[in-house]
Amino acid sequence: MTKNTKTVIILILAIILIALIPLFALKGAEFGGSDDAGSVMVEEITGTEYEPWFTPVLETMIDGELPGEVESLFFCIQTGIGVGIVAFCMGRLVERKKWMKED
Amino acid sequence: MKKREKRWVALAAVFALVFGIAPAANAMHIMEGYLPVQFCAIWGVICVPFLAAGFFSIRKTINEHRKTMILLAMSGAFIFVISSLKIPSVTGSCSHMTGTGLGALLFGPSAVSILGIIVLLFQAILLAHGGLTTLGANTFSMAIAGPFVSYGIYWILKRCRVNRRVSIFLAAALGDLFTYCVTSFQLAICYPSEAGGIGASLVKFLGVFAPTQIPLAVIEGLITVVIMIGLESYARPELRELRFVEGDR
Repeated sequence: MTKNTKTVIILILAIILIALIPLFALKGAEFGGSDDAGSVMVEEITGTEYEPWFTPVLETMIDGELPGEVESLFFCIQTGIGVGIVAFCMGRLVERKKWMKED
Repeated sequence: MKKREKRWVALAAVFALVFGIAPAANAMHIMEGYLPVQFCAIWGVICVPFLAAGFFSIRKTINEHRKTMILLAMSGAFIFVISSLKIPSVTGSCSHMTGTGLGALLFGPSAVSILGIIVLLFQAILLAHGGLTTLGANTFSMAIAGPFVSYGIYWILKRCRVNRRVSIFLAAALGDLFTYCVTSFQLAICYPSEAGGIGASLVKFLGVFAPTQIPLAVIEGLITVVIMIGLESYARPELRELRFVEGDR
């Protein structure tokens, strides 16, 4: 195993640990979005319930909030598009290196 | 940048100054409809010169370094992936990363503003995450302020001859964190608290966003390093063309 491979493995483990530890350390926490925490804070500061003056276009079109499952679908599509492009490009580069003459 | 392009950027900058400052401004993603109209407009207009600079910078990359387009695509896709992953954090709420550091280090901060706005549009229209009215403010924090900080930090650390991987880590992590500081600032100047004014509400908003974001900023730094290690071993010719790595191996 090269030095780089080791570094990468250690880094990936660290990433997974940092991401998962809060989930186990804080049992029963809600893990809502911090964007929502932001809107709560706006209400706290202004003292009144803030009425957003513009609702998202899609919510206007479907008359209501986006269902949770559909929202996760869109998030998956976003991830999928991204991963697809990254993986395709990385695959090309890896393959190319195999055929390149060692310079 | 060519002379004509420079003139366009300068023109856009003047435009932004005139419209951005003249009305004597009382102005992550800020939620749709949560910024007063004039602030939406101001932040939007401030973004224009950066987007113009980004457009020309990307066009130049495409014309002169055609080979590196594959990396441009990857940087954009990286932002797509990273900003769709909501990760739990120590404060008990979730947040997501920005992923703009990679593109900023490779192609310069202005190019990232274009990549970032694409992602923000996707999320604003389909996900009701962020919003069309707050697009300007969110673009400024995520696709302009963050990348510029990343780029600046990397540049300074490079001059100080700090280990390259450490520099990449710090640049990406601090750029991510700074994005959320800018978001707090944008909210604070719209909602100054009655007791302490802008300063007090800035502290409050930072209290919501910053602790959540710190572990995520660390993760973003680490992921960026991993990707860079991958690119260094498989895309050396492209990195050399972008002058990201020097001459021979």
